[in-house]
Amino acid sequence: MYQAIVLLPLLGAILAGVIALAGARARFPGAEPSDDHHAAHAGHAAHAHPEGGHDDHHGPVEPAAAGSRAAEIITTSFLIIAAVLSWIALWRVGFGHHDERIRLFTWIISADLKLDWALRIDTLTAVMLVVVNTVSALVHLYSIGYMNEDPYRPRFFAYLSLFTFAMLALVTADNLAQLFFGWEGVGLASYLLIGFWYHKPEANAAAIKAFVVNRVGDFGFALGIVAVFMLTKSIDFDTIFAQGPSLAGKTIDFFGWNADALTLICLLLFMGAMGKSAQFLLHTWLPDAMEGPTPVSALIHAATMVTAGVFMVARLSPLFELAPNALAFVTLVGATTAFFAATVGLVQNDIKRIVAYSTCSQLGYMFVAMGVGAYSVGMFHLFTHAFFKALLFLGSGSVIMAMHHEQDIRNMGGLKNKIPITYWCMVIGTLALTGFPLTAGYFSKDAIIEAAYAGKNPFAIYGFVMTVIAAGMTAFYSWRLIYKTFHGAPHDHHRYDAARESPLVILIPLGVLAVGSLGAGFAFKEFFAGHHVAEFFRESLKQGAIIEDMHHVPFLVAWLPTIMLALGWGIAAYMYLLHPEIAPRLARQHDALYRFLLNKWYFDELYDLIFVRPALWLGRVFWKGGDGYVIDGFGPDGISARVLDVTRNVVRLQTGYLYHYAFAMLIGAAALITWFMFSGGGAH
Amino acid sequence: MANWPVLSVTTFLPLIGVLFLVMLKADEAGARNARWIAFWTTLITFLVSLQLVWRFDPSSPEFQFVEKRPWLAGFGTYHMGVDGISLPLVILTTAIMPLCIAASWRAIQVRVREYMIAFLALETLMIGTFSALDLVLFYLFFEGGLIPMFLIIGVWGGPRRVYASFKFFLYTLAGSVLMLLAIMAMYWQSGTTDITVLLRHAFPREMQPWLWIAFFASFAVKMPMWPVHTWLPDAHVEAPTAGSVVLAAILLKMGGYGFLRFSLPMFPFASNDFAPFVFALSVIAIIYTSLVAMVQEDMKKLIAYSSVAHMGFVTMGIFAATSQGVAGGIFQMVSHGIVSAALFLCVGVVYDRIHSREISSYGGLVNRMPIYAAVFMVFTLANVGLPGTSGFVGEFLALLGTFKVNVTVATLATFGVILSACYALWLYRKVIFGKLEKPSLASITDLGWRETAIFAPLIVLTLLFGFYPKPVLDMSAASVTALLDNYQKALGAAKSAALAK
Repeated sequence: MYQAIVLLPLLGAILAGVIALAGARARFPGAEPSDDHHAAHAGHAAHAHPEGGHDDHHGPVEPAAAGSRAAEIITTSFLIIAAVLSWIALWRVGFGHHDERIRLFTWIISADLKLDWALRIDTLTAVMLVVVNTVSALVHLYSIGYMNEDPYRPRFFAYLSLFTFAMLALVTADNLAQLFFGWEGVGLASYLLIGFWYHKPEANAAAIKAFVVNRVGDFGFALGIVAVFMLTKSIDFDTIFAQGPSLAGKTIDFFGWNADALTLICLLLFMGAMGKSAQFLLHTWLPDAMEGPTPVSALIHAATMVTAGVFMVARLSPLFELAPNALAFVTLVGATTAFFAATVGLVQNDIKRIVAYSTCSQLGYMFVAMGVGAYSVGMFHLFTHAFFKALLFLGSGSVIMAMHHEQDIRNMGGLKNKIPITYWCMVIGTLALTGFPLTAGYFSKDAIIEAAYAGKNPFAIYGFVMTVIAAGMTAFYSWRLIYKTFHGAPHDHHRYDAARESPLVILIPLGVLAVGSLGAGFAFKEFFAGHHVAEFFRESLKQGAIIEDMHHVPFLVAWLPTIMLALGWGIAAYMYLLHPEIAPRLARQHDALYRFLLNKWYFDELYDLIFVRPALWLGRVFWKGGDGYVIDGFGPDGISARVLDVTRNVVRLQTGYLYHYAFAMLIGAAALITWFMFSGGGAH
Repeated sequence: MANWPVLSVTTFLPLIGVLFLVMLKADEAGARNARWIAFWTTLITFLVSLQLVWRFDPSSPEFQFVEKRPWLAGFGTYHMGVDGISLPLVILTTAIMPLCIAASWRAIQVRVREYMIAFLALETLMIGTFSALDLVLFYLFFEGGLIPMFLIIGVWGGPRRVYASFKFFLYTLAGSVLMLLAIMAMYWQSGTTDITVLLRHAFPREMQPWLWIAFFASFAVKMPMWPVHTWLPDAHVEAPTAGSVVLAAILLKMGGYGFLRFSLPMFPFASNDFAPFVFALSVIAIIYTSLVAMVQEDMKKLIAYSSVAHMGFVTMGIFAATSQGVAGGIFQMVSHGIVSAALFLCVGVVYDRIHSREISSYGGLVNRMPIYAAVFMVFTLANVGLPGTSGFVGEFLALLGTFKVNVTVATLATFGVILSACYALWLYRKVIFGKLEKPSLASITDLGWRETAIFAPLIVLTLLFGFYPKPVLDMSAASVTALLDNYQKALGAAKSAALAK
């Protein structure tokens, strides 16, 4: 069954990929590069190239690829099966306590390094299986409607399923290398899907940015893996967890820093998590990733892939637990991200970017929980967040469709009555995100804030303050989005009039996610943050005293998030519902601050200045100066110039030069043999 | 039948093809026949070489398929054999050659017969290099291989072929003169040219650095290591597609093979002493050439620079002298042989159509060449070292092996992982993605069946070795273990001797 859960999406991806390639082949029959005029003629006859680009979001209008429907049905049905099986798996593992480890086949064996492809099934994995497959199945279904006009649907569905497979490989990993495989695999799928509309330069740039920034994180991850191997002679989870305690006190000399081995390892591994989960300093790719189709944003950049970093820390919690300094750093980064992303989210105008910054911020929350040792609480937020954030993204997609690919909320307004189902779904998502009592987010987010308050590490209080402030800002920007989009007067009447509610294939996933956003918190709170945590998760992640401590925080602390929600909501309602003229005036009054936030604290510009430009400059200097001037100038060019001076007079280069060299080599060989003849003759 | 000299047959079979080719006439029919003869020769050679895999005993670190005959009237021997280090490279050679011939099918229209002769002769010399067990024989194969390569670049190359082949010549000449001297010195010191004997011979400690440097000069140029790499981009740019393929896939591997066959086992002290020096050059190669690759305007140059960077992982892994380091180095050589070959073939595909290697001449190819785009993507990702492709396994093992020895070097080398993503994806984006706007590309055609058939085995191998690298790793495991055992023993013996004093 577990094999089916993981491999069905792969099978779907392969089948859809074959359909995509076969369709491509049919459109552009290949031909050898024969005589030029002939090729040109054949090309024109075969296909008059359409001039695309009349629409920013869809490629050249072409007939849909053959087999689009088949690709959709295959991948979506496979995913639905996998999703159902995942819930069964959660039942069996989480409640029935049937952990399993399924060895598939050997991957790498090299001396003392032995790696298998294996599936590790415990509660932590089962939770992720449910999240990934459920959201993925819904997104597949949704995409049938959303991508309806796109001519390259088989390719799209192949990528979606490929992503799902890589994510499943990640969450079922039994060793660090397999985790890394899934890790880079989802990175690849993300790259492919962000750049799905490859005719858009911004999409291509965003795709590369996502991949490269993630690679920066993976730089740390890879080093973390090799450091683990150096110390434990293994990278299997079971072995390294068993050996973890014995590593205490060991040190690694890292660029002159005599680092505590466990701290260093955890920090390096966490660097990977920072990249994948778009944490502060490595977050810049996530907003740009919104260039991809909206279902992709929902699946990859909200519900699943970006949570991989959180999952990683949970999976490696036996190691992190031994490195308190690393955990403090995790809290620091998480809290900073939660705050930073929320501030940027306050002023953005692109509906998807607001939700993206919100995602970034919520991921920060999860890391705060991880950092204070409340791993199951972090997983709880991951679980509920998957529902309401996917809902918000898919809802935004529905809005964008209704508005004919308009994403700027300044051009929206008044859509409440035009697309009521979408509106109510968005409201439910927003309630859950902002932590309205009894919705999913209420339980998980409050639990995090309580855990931060109860936490013992040096940054726990920082985490508490930041998450509380961010909670208020979350309420503000979320309701701002709702009010500017759905309330007030429409700003673009042309689009407003044409707005239509989305078809059923889109509304069904929204409905299912809305139910999850409302109920997932209440239904599971005892298992993630209550009294059944130990029984539910067992050995799959560490549980400390914090779970108990967080139930005994002061009354005010427990209510603080709700107060912040009311505050943020109230201000948003005042500014955007009642007095819409206030916001622009405030922006003018605090122009510097406004620009600072609007430009995302100028991180892109900063990175361009300190990384991108110097790298390219160095490349040119090394190329022209190093290779061209120094090495060649003093090496071959200098010598050959002298040689040429001589030989030009001796040989007619044009005819003789090659044989000349060949001859020189032969002379060398002959000289060698001759020498051996004489000396060898003498020796014997 | 079990005792037929399969190694010699593999080595010299291409020369039989040459005999046939020599008899052809230099007309249109002759050219056509030349292609078919060369193709069948290389294909049969490959099939014969599979016998080596079949009958190879991977549990033994000894040389196998050994053939030894007196030669040159007693002062040299014809001594051939393969072990787990050389066999993967032999198979790589025989596997790549038929693809090279097929890739040249239409691209080469002048002097087809001579071209095919050069390739077949080159194949013999390359296989010979990897399987020679006598120093003289090795030297002849090693240096002899340059002649056909000169010709391939110089006769069928691009407009600046004179410059490129001259540069190639100067670099290699400098290296080979020193190696020749070293070979003489070794013979003079040990009284034999038998590699199997020399592997057990303890060269005096004070002599080792000189011999090591002499060999290093030759192998470093071949590898190529920074700063003697500048011939490679020029040679690649000017060489015809198949020439680039052979150069990248096989000729570069001679350097790495040389380090493993000579430097490490024969001069363990010097290798140990010079390891930091090699590490430094490797790290510089990885970072420096990756940065240079990022600003290239010529597709082939970009891939050539990326080759230098990838070879940096090989030298780093080898001189780490740990099981994973060396195994990773060997695997990386095989993987790079497949991937870089495929990348140069990818460039060849569009070069055959548009006759430009400038990155700026392309853009938006995916709109008309979707299959090509998919193929190119696979190899771009392998070049980036994505897990699941062969590129990952080699780099990962090399890093794993090096980190144990030198944390700083391994960390710096890991920067290559970031940089490779930058240049490889940038190239892909510029060539493949975007709108197809250039009029010259308006009627470009996707891969034909011949081209698809060339790429198919390379894709299969790239993915197979990514998910299941065991065949290659198993093949070399015993030899690597033996090599390192002897290496450590030699160093350890000296250490205990020093302590005894």
